[in-house]
Amino acid sequence: MALIEARGLRKVFKNTVALDGIDLHVQEGRIVGLIGPNGAGKTTALNAILGLTTYEGQLSVMGFDPWEHREQLMRDVCFIADVAILPRWLKVSQAIEYVAGVHPRFDRAKAEAFLGKTTIKRESKIRELSKGMVAQLHLALVMAIDARLLVLDEPTLGLDILYRKQFYDSLLNDYFDRSRTIIVTTHQVEEVEHVLTDLMFIDRGRIVLSTTMEDYESRYAEVQVSPDQLGAARALHPIHERQSLGRSILLFDSVDRQGLAALGEVRTPSIADLFVAVVGSNHQAIAGGAR
Amino acid sequence: MSTSSSAVQEFEQQQRTSAVLVPTQPLYWSIVREIWEFRSMYIAPALAAAVFLIGFTITVVHLPGSLREAMAGDPMKLHEVIQQPYNFAGLLLMGVTFLFSFYYCLEALHGERRDRSILFWKSLPVSDLTVVIAKAAVPILILPLITVLVAVVLECFMALSAGAAVSASGLGVANYWPHVGLVHLWLMLLFHMVAIHGFWFAPFYGWMLMVSAWARRAPFLWATVPFLAVGILEKLMFNTTHFVALLNSRFFGAPENSGWPPDHLHAFTLVSVAKFVVNPGLWIGLALTAAFLYAAARLRRARGPV
Repeated sequence: MALIEARGLRKVFKNTVALDGIDLHVQEGRIVGLIGPNGAGKTTALNAILGLTTYEGQLSVMGFDPWEHREQLMRDVCFIADVAILPRWLKVSQAIEYVAGVHPRFDRAKAEAFLGKTTIKRESKIRELSKGMVAQLHLALVMAIDARLLVLDEPTLGLDILYRKQFYDSLLNDYFDRSRTIIVTTHQVEEVEHVLTDLMFIDRGRIVLSTTMEDYESRYAEVQVSPDQLGAARALHPIHERQSLGRSILLFDSVDRQGLAALGEVRTPSIADLFVAVVGSNHQAIAGGAR
Repeated sequence: MSTSSSAVQEFEQQQRTSAVLVPTQPLYWSIVREIWEFRSMYIAPALAAAVFLIGFTITVVHLPGSLREAMAGDPMKLHEVIQQPYNFAGLLLMGVTFLFSFYYCLEALHGERRDRSILFWKSLPVSDLTVVIAKAAVPILILPLITVLVAVVLECFMALSAGAAVSASGLGVANYWPHVGLVHLWLMLLFHMVAIHGFWFAPFYGWMLMVSAWARRAPFLWATVPFLAVGILEKLMFNTTHFVALLNSRFFGAPENSGWPPDHLHAFTLVSVAKFVVNPGLWIGLALTAAFLYAAARLRRARGPV
């Protein structure tokens, strides 16, 4: 059974449709990247999964209806939103004590060990810590919980490069194993690129792309084409074309790589480039239509 | 996927589910975290007590004089001279925690949405109802107990410093201490705090907690303006004041004491406790409180950061 199963998930705020009937199917042991522009519905989707918001349609997370059973669900689900949700008045030692007091799957020794690798003092209040340290603390708390699902909503927003890198490194090396599942949203796509096993693009409340990374690599190809080859390349129906240093870079979906190799160097496009191709062109079409 | 790797996964899965679950006490820790967050709930009365004690110690030099005067006359007067500062001390602490409980109830479920920390609290396996009950326990149980504890400490120091002044003047503490009746004072204060400030006022706390869970901003206005509006509307439309009278009787007409301010608390007897417990107003109020708290929990479930 899938860990998360959604069918026709829909959420309408007063006059905007945040989720327009999306279907989700997340298996155990996957690391899923949910990528989308601002206001695409990422956070709404995560909030529905976490039982923080009502929704229409069907949704089951580990067999629970999240809205009705948030408390039970949170024994197996951990959640980090952007860095600023730890209460500023809380002391580090109190944070550990509190989570130990309410969470049946929290391992205090693990949290202490992880904090031991940082410069965070037990007696500090959260307001005295830097953003990066708060993120480290939150990660230490979460990694000490033996959860099945970890939801990360822009977890590294506002952190410097070193902390961001360390954040994902710790997550992969010390936390992830095949019995856990991670869902992450981020704008810093390049940072999660090599971490993901599954990729989803969400735009205006709809899932516009959903693929495993294995399929991604065989399906999408990017070719740098010299001007004289451009006509032949365009005949293969690229889904996107852009210019870089006077050369055209064309992006293809499900076109035989052997054939493409004749046109130029074939690479797997970065997620960011594919995102621009799939989601960006959508938006351009709208902007153009409006004009 | 190969069978061996799925077997490994199954094994990992079993390990995880058979892992020992640590027993938890969500309600207890939820109350503890309120005390962590609102440290002023004990600092404010402690500060007030310290200031009062300093004032009392300064004026205690006049005590032997007024004692001698009172001893010559009416024994009731003597009793009054001796007990008055202790009653004042109790009233002061009551006032401080009462003000704090207003501030607290309006802040409790609003502050966590303002600073977005509600997302952190909701990421843990603690139900909304547990959180709301923990927050309601602060004005109903914790604050009355803090008030009594601080009063006990303060009044012990008062009795000591007064005793020192009295014996230094050559009067002998036997003329002072037996008249103070500290234990009786403390029992009265405990009963008054738990019964009136805790349970009798509970519907007000419940109402304010509900508003603080609901309002996007200005919970103070949302909590108070409706009462004013209903009172004014009633006066304008029917030229009556039943609503105001109702509030007034709830607020000032607590069954345990006849008047307000309760500067002469009724003697603490089992009869007064029994009378209080069988008062229907108490139970109607508690039912109302339960309804408000349930509503607050439902509201908290649907609310995110503001």
